[in-house]
Amino acid sequence: MSPKRPARSPVRLHVVTGKGGTGKSTVAAALALALASGGQRVLLCEVEGRQGIAQLFDVAPLPYAEREIAVAPDGGDVFALAIDPEEALLEYLDMYYRLGRAGKALDRFGVIDFATTIAPGLRDVLLTGKVYEAVRRRATKGGQEPAYDAVVLDAPPTGRITRFLNVNAAMAGLARGGPISNQANSIMSLLRSPRTAVHLVTVLEEMPVQETQDGIAELSAADLPAGSVIVNLVRKAGMPDDALNLAGNGELPAAGLRDGLAAIGIEPTDTIVGGLQRTARDHALRVRLETEQRALVDGLGLPVVELPRLKEDVDLGGLYELAEELKEHGIPA
Amino acid sequence: MSTRENPAPRGRGRSRSTPRVGPLASRAGTAPRLDTDALLADRAVEIIVCCGSGGVGKTTTSAALALRAAEQGRRVVVLTIDPARRLAQSMGLTELDNTPRPVKGVDTANGGSLDAMMLDMKRTFDEVVEAHATPEKAEQILANPFYQALSSSFAGTQEYMAMEKLGQLHQKARKKHEWDLIVVDTPPSRSALDFLDAPERLASFLDGRFIRLLLAPAKGPARLLTAGLSVVTRAMNRLLGTQMLRDAQAFVSAFDALFGGFRQRAEKTYRLLQADGTAFVVLAAPQADALREASYFVERLSVEKMPLSGLVMNRISENLVPELTATTAEAAAQRLSESGEHPLTAHLLHLHAERLGQLEHETHLLQRFTAAHPTVASVQVPALPTDVHDLDGLRHIGSLLAD
Repeated sequence: MSPKRPARSPVRLHVVTGKGGTGKSTVAAALALALASGGQRVLLCEVEGRQGIAQLFDVAPLPYAEREIAVAPDGGDVFALAIDPEEALLEYLDMYYRLGRAGKALDRFGVIDFATTIAPGLRDVLLTGKVYEAVRRRATKGGQEPAYDAVVLDAPPTGRITRFLNVNAAMAGLARGGPISNQANSIMSLLRSPRTAVHLVTVLEEMPVQETQDGIAELSAADLPAGSVIVNLVRKAGMPDDALNLAGNGELPAAGLRDGLAAIGIEPTDTIVGGLQRTARDHALRVRLETEQRALVDGLGLPVVELPRLKEDVDLGGLYELAEELKEHGIPA
Repeated sequence: MSTRENPAPRGRGRSRSTPRVGPLASRAGTAPRLDTDALLADRAVEIIVCCGSGGVGKTTTSAALALRAAEQGRRVVVLTIDPARRLAQSMGLTELDNTPRPVKGVDTANGGSLDAMMLDMKRTFDEVVEAHATPEKAEQILANPFYQALSSSFAGTQEYMAMEKLGQLHQKARKKHEWDLIVVDTPPSRSALDFLDAPERLASFLDGRFIRLLLAPAKGPARLLTAGLSVVTRAMNRLLGTQMLRDAQAFVSAFDALFGGFRQRAEKTYRLLQADGTAFVVLAAPQADALREASYFVERLSVEKMPLSGLVMNRISENLVPELTATTAEAAAQRLSESGEHPLTAHLLHLHAERLGQLEHETHLLQRFTAAHPTVASVQVPALPTDVHDLDGLRHIGSLLAD
């Protein structure tokens, strides 16, 4: 382990949410790799039945079992688990109630089906319950060492995250006094503690930033701990400010472009010059929008981590690149 | 303990980004074009459902289609589920009030009109209860903690209610001739398919033995409590706690009379979605996961015999300088950079080359989709540098959709 390694953060459960299209699954996977580096054991979970982890890591679909899927830089292991609500319910019944015969009877009577697909909230209770179990699990029976140094949850999108995490509060209220209620209360106390951090992934566009802002307000109203904002897919500006200004107003002089094109032997036709001016204008407008949005993100009152837009779609190599970025620029805690 | 079955790829190294679709997938296909204006002008089409995964521009596209149809003479209502604030404002929707309101600033010269509404799932649910139960029963239901949790905080309810609202709007459109086209935006679900699954789930809930089990003690016939059943009841008691079971039973028995109606309407809406008057538009963005969702959806619609009009591919990069290939532009940018002259031209040439690289990648993704679904018509909408804030922005998108 490197001596420069910062003191271990109290956060054991990293919940990663984000609006659709912002790359939250990619960020969750990169975060798991980053957290694992230097010899840690990290569990990466998904709960939406999309097999997103398998696709990102280029492995066969994950079963309901924890498997090692990657080795982090400088050692360290990332395990993955696709949480399936039906399996989680059967496991739960078996673990807490040893409901051998009754468990099967429940299945026959359609209770399993009811619990996992129809009774809408129970599904989320089971999913969060499994995550809770993984966070609390010990490496050895009766030991103190946790089975995982950190758990990363690729969670539902920003618009649903508070409802998802808070489902146990609603359940605890409904199931006053029953075992479900006790379980739900324990889950809520983990989720509301400093051991949990909810990270919000966004891109520098209006809707995702707005949703991030709303998401933080909802989390805080529900007493859930927001961790950091991770700005994904960040472009480099690359153009000097004065040129950006001119381009954004559609006033970039054609003469300079003509000279430049002529200098490398491209005939500066009107369509080429006009096309480059439009390219410049699009770029400048986007940069302007991103600058505005970055100011909003910086004003959200949470630590901000930026991740670059990679040249290609993120593959396994890309995940390691992003994990390196996270290590260099601060793993959110 | 965790298991270590089949430890998969370790170590770094770039994995292949090979498509998983099969050998034919990379062959270029020419998909038929989605003729948006013909779709909007077709008076036989009464419902357009926009679906796709989150973040692909569903709400914006729904609004743009609705506005374009209205300005071409249709009397349109657009049902949005969770619009971004500024998009809602662009249509004059300032609050979530569950009632269609006329959108101001629409060109009505062709005899059309546009109403817009946002779905309030709790209110929709409450209204259904109030409309179909006696005032006394309704009060009982609305006060039940089970009902309150179900109607406001549980995922899944939104899909039920979107279907319910669509059914209501359609009935109203038929009866009062207020609208001749309903454009529906679908909820931002875990999966786009949840929208289609909602009615079926509701039906299986109602048919479920579990419901009857919950109802049994309230209705009393002790002879139902066979040996197997009592095991189940005991287990339920242990699991849920008696209070929750009692609340659930109270809820189910109060709701009993409403179930039939729910089921009937859900099935009716489901058949409505299969009818000729409905057109599904699947939305995607040029990202592998969004297209994968779109593929699932297209396949599912075909299984369910639901009429698909085509695919809208949003946010495609645009080639603004077709005269310059990526290679030419990048080489020129390199040479200029090395010479240290004309940095701005060099930068723009580089940007152009990057954009073409992106476009090539997007085209490849789209070709894979087309190879897998060769008969699905599609239209591509270029990425815009800024977001939509007003009707003009929506109009612009509408024209791109019909381009």
